[in-house]
Amino acid sequence: MLLAIDWALLLEKFILIALVVTVSMVVAMYATWGERKIAAVIQDRYGPNRAGPLGLFQPLADGLKLFMKEEIIPNASNKILFILGPSLAMLTALITSAVIPWGDKMEAFGRTISLQIADINIGILYVFGVVSLGVYGIMIGAWASNNKFSLMGGLRAASQIISYELAMGIVLIALLMTTGTLSLGEIVKQQQEGWWNVIKQPVGFVVFLICAFAECNRTPFDLAEAENELIGGYHSEFSSMKLGFYLFAEYINMFISSAVMATLYFGGYDIIPFYDESAWGLSTNTMAVLGLLALFAKIFVLIFVFMWVRWTIPRFRYDQLMNLGWKSLIPISLIWMLLTAVFMLLIK
Amino acid sequence: MQLTNKAKAVNRSPLTLMERLYFPAILKGMGITFSHIFKKKVTINYPEVTRPFSPVFRGLHVLNRDAEGRENCTACGLCAVACPAEAITMDAAERLPGEEHLYREEKYAAKYEINMLRCIFCGLCEEACPKDAIYLSETFAPSNYSRKSFIYGKDNLVIPHPQNDPEGFARAKGLIQERKEKTKQQTA
Repeated sequence: MLLAIDWALLLEKFILIALVVTVSMVVAMYATWGERKIAAVIQDRYGPNRAGPLGLFQPLADGLKLFMKEEIIPNASNKILFILGPSLAMLTALITSAVIPWGDKMEAFGRTISLQIADINIGILYVFGVVSLGVYGIMIGAWASNNKFSLMGGLRAASQIISYELAMGIVLIALLMTTGTLSLGEIVKQQQEGWWNVIKQPVGFVVFLICAFAECNRTPFDLAEAENELIGGYHSEFSSMKLGFYLFAEYINMFISSAVMATLYFGGYDIIPFYDESAWGLSTNTMAVLGLLALFAKIFVLIFVFMWVRWTIPRFRYDQLMNLGWKSLIPISLIWMLLTAVFMLLIK
Repeated sequence: MQLTNKAKAVNRSPLTLMERLYFPAILKGMGITFSHIFKKKVTINYPEVTRPFSPVFRGLHVLNRDAEGRENCTACGLCAVACPAEAITMDAAERLPGEEHLYREEKYAAKYEINMLRCIFCGLCEEACPKDAIYLSETFAPSNYSRKSFIYGKDNLVIPHPQNDPEGFARAKGLIQERKEKTKQQTA
């Protein structure tokens, strides 16, 4: 049995996983820096500019500070769950990246290496499953704190995420009807040859984007923490790196959901829409690297949109949030799904 | 009844469809924030750049010397009398033979203290001085942990000596000259 295992493949995947996790961490780290810079320039300020050139060492300083803080576990808390909460938030944020196709195939050491950790045929379902697990990190953390205000913060976060997951799922069904596959790699290949899905599904994309804001607990839907009014919401009792994990998971979530949106709606690693890049006659590896860069450019633009929206729109009130989710987004997505279905029947 | 033309009627008509859609307003707002990215920053990078003081700024005091380095102050006490906060105290002493190179007048201030925590930086001492001896500079008292450190003695107040520190002396004299001109402009 042992001989049947392809050790090279195992090593390849292991390296790929390590790379993707590291890149997610670094991008999330610099997203905190980027957020502060973007907040600053939008408010006519400079932002962090003391630690290193352009304040580039600021995330390192912040991380060091969080590590140095005293780690407090409340006496009345459930210790196992208290530690499990932030770990779960971090874990679910990181493992979503497994199904995202980061680029086309590469050739090295006489092997064809896929830049996707696992091209499973139910990629989207996997993303959805993991994202819905993410809410457990928040709920468990809030519950284990044994603090009623934390629990209320956790309830707000959980009900918000669950409400917006519905609309998100329905617009995804509309998307899946046009693609006919659940595999993310397959969806990107279709977009490489034809249109980007955002052109076919504009309303679907907008609804998905709004739901992504809510899923990531970002403004205008950040009332789970409401950091400028409340002490914190579900993570009030957390300190040191456990708090850091919660805050960091938010940025990783933002990175991953940008990657998912880029893959689903903006052609993934496709470089130019409506154009066959193979006409350039470049080698497979060059094309793969170019595709990877294109995907990251799209991701960074989407992350910028996340931050841009955060520093523009004030927070929704809780009833407004629920009204928007249940009375606007779900009907819109249902109608959109029906329209897509009717349209597909007609052109057949 | 209308008193001014400033009253503005509040529009309570229900929102139109475009307003209820919410999206146009959001896009407009995002346009505004995006345009701010390219606007001039209002921040002053403090330790490297400082905000210029106004021409009438009154900061810490200095005690003047003449060109030969002799102290101008004759301990007449007019500044202490003029001081509304009673921040100035001094002990007078008589100049002994052989001290003519130190003090310009026959009487001098052996001790001259200003309590910078009491001082209100009104500049009345400067106006009261008949001997051209006390001036307000454009610096303010640095923060410190003890109250005692805010009682400035002669070692903190008298400007540098022209022989020991000619550069510092020239700079202090220049600032005093500037101060005199500004005061003249103010009173003119």
